[in-house]
Amino acid sequence: MKKSMLVWFAAASMLWSVIVSAADVSLLNVSYDPTRELYRQVNAAFAAQWKAQHGDSVNVRMSHGGSGKQARSVVEGLPADVVTLALAYDIDAIADRGLLAKDWQKKLPNNATPYTSTIVFLVRKGNPKGIKDWADLVRPGIQVVTPNPKSSGGARWNFLAAWGYALKQPGGSEATARAYVKELYKHVPVLDTGARGATNTFVQRGVGDVLIAWENEALLAKRQLGGDTFEIVVPSITIVAEPPVAVVDSNVDKHGTRAVAQAYVEFLYSPQGQEIAAKNFYRPRSADVAARYASQFPATHTFTLGELFGDWRQVQAKFFNDGAIFDQLGPGS
Amino acid sequence: MSAPLRSRPVAWPRRVVHAVLILLALVFLTLFLLLPLATVFVEALRQGLGPYLEAIKEPEALSAIRLTLLVAVIAVPMNLVFGIAAAWAMTRFEFRGKALLGAFIDLPFSVSPVVSGLVYVLLFGARGWFGPWLDSHGIKIIFAVPGLVLATMFVTLPFVARELIPLMQAQGSEEEEAARVLGASGWQLFFRVTLPNIRWALLYGVLLCNARAMGEFGAVSVVSGHIRGLTTTMPLEVEMRYNEYEYVGAFAVASLLALLALVTLAVKTLLEWRYGDEIAAHAPGGH
Repeated sequence: MKKSMLVWFAAASMLWSVIVSAADVSLLNVSYDPTRELYRQVNAAFAAQWKAQHGDSVNVRMSHGGSGKQARSVVEGLPADVVTLALAYDIDAIADRGLLAKDWQKKLPNNATPYTSTIVFLVRKGNPKGIKDWADLVRPGIQVVTPNPKSSGGARWNFLAAWGYALKQPGGSEATARAYVKELYKHVPVLDTGARGATNTFVQRGVGDVLIAWENEALLAKRQLGGDTFEIVVPSITIVAEPPVAVVDSNVDKHGTRAVAQAYVEFLYSPQGQEIAAKNFYRPRSADVAARYASQFPATHTFTLGELFGDWRQVQAKFFNDGAIFDQLGPGS
Repeated sequence: MSAPLRSRPVAWPRRVVHAVLILLALVFLTLFLLLPLATVFVEALRQGLGPYLEAIKEPEALSAIRLTLLVAVIAVPMNLVFGIAAAWAMTRFEFRGKALLGAFIDLPFSVSPVVSGLVYVLLFGARGWFGPWLDSHGIKIIFAVPGLVLATMFVTLPFVARELIPLMQAQGSEEEEAARVLGASGWQLFFRVTLPNIRWALLYGVLLCNARAMGEFGAVSVVSGHIRGLTTTMPLEVEMRYNEYEYVGAFAVASLLALLALVTLAVKTLLEWRYGDEIAAHAPGGH
């Protein structure tokens, strides 16, 4: 029994290594949930470019899952060469274990975020409740769908967007922000654990009047579900959601893939990479590309995490740790 | 004496109770089993047969199907051997700790699959007990095929043994003792006497084991790493596509799993109908 088990495992791992070495170079990009189409196109374009420049074929494999879970998997040994996650906090968690340098966010332009998104509202066709801005979400009788920021990285951006809106109003202060956000979460009938769960609650189960969502996911859901059942409302002011990317130092050194991994993340900043990002509903950093996709991304006032809140460690401690502000607001109570 | 007298007036309400119970069961089955099952196929075929076949023919889906089969082909035979060995030990020998062994066999049923997956991560993950040693020897278990096989084996471990133990207990060992007295060797005894006696129950157990092995989600999700084309089994592929708003693709792969369930059900019903006596007649604790 024991021997046969070992033989099987040896065979399986041999099979595994054959699969892995079949391509000249193989990269693993560990990403979060809705980036499949984006990276399918990026990987094809990058492979073509690398082949033209170096003659080697690159096979980029993808792993998709919840951002926080993906980060934990990398910490537990998932051999990611590159991580492309929903928020810097998750990559910080990997850096804390020494898998990449603590200042990883300074190694690439724009906070290591080649493309951004923003927080918008998805409403039902015709916008029956007349929702135009954050203030409308706390009107009596409005039901808001947003996931739980304790469990969902995406939902933390939603929370911070709402907080920032209140703070930026005339006479806004910590106290008014607190009051607004407390009121907002009173309008949430169910706190899903993740962004996809919240989308499905709103879209499939028909719960709520408005879904607070990432713009790229709202556009993606709208396209996949038929464009005429929902509308996107861009609020007057919102946060710039920054899903960052990084090369995982210790893994690329082990695999000998540093050069190609570095070229891969830099490719995301190239005109071609920016174009693909815009096509897949992420706001490009490049002004040229952004100008061409202006109709897809309505202009609005935005603020960044850094401008209002500092870095993710501070945000996490102030808002989302146990006993911090989100717990004090006691949503649902 | 009053019993036969009372039974007549009771007969009418009893029939009503029967009817109500049957109706309730039917309504329940329709709502919670048939409707969701039908939904899978309806959603999968929502945009017609073309996109459905397209979604299944994608390399990622094909690789998920291959991997699911590979994992089952390794895990099920292992549990077949283990199940027979365990059932044999439990029913033919008296030894200390027998009750404990029985409890251990049932453990996977009582532990949440996610926890069983997590246990392997804690053992073999990069920060786990054996992680650094495995890493330095270039052996990959977690986030690779061996981890998937291990997790699947753990979750499906009880099926064969649990099917065999009550049957072998009920059959007793007289026939085997007779064979031994007549001079049969160990292997002869097993292949000529024991195996023919348990074959249908064994097949039944393997069937259930296989269905679970192919459909397992929780445990494999934890150890998989979700690498597309490498470590993604069919249930994981379904979840990933669903989360990507690829509803047709998700339900297309799900429909394959549903078909597997239907085939399992058909073969199971056939076995029960044809060989019911040999599977569970003497097995009050069986399924």
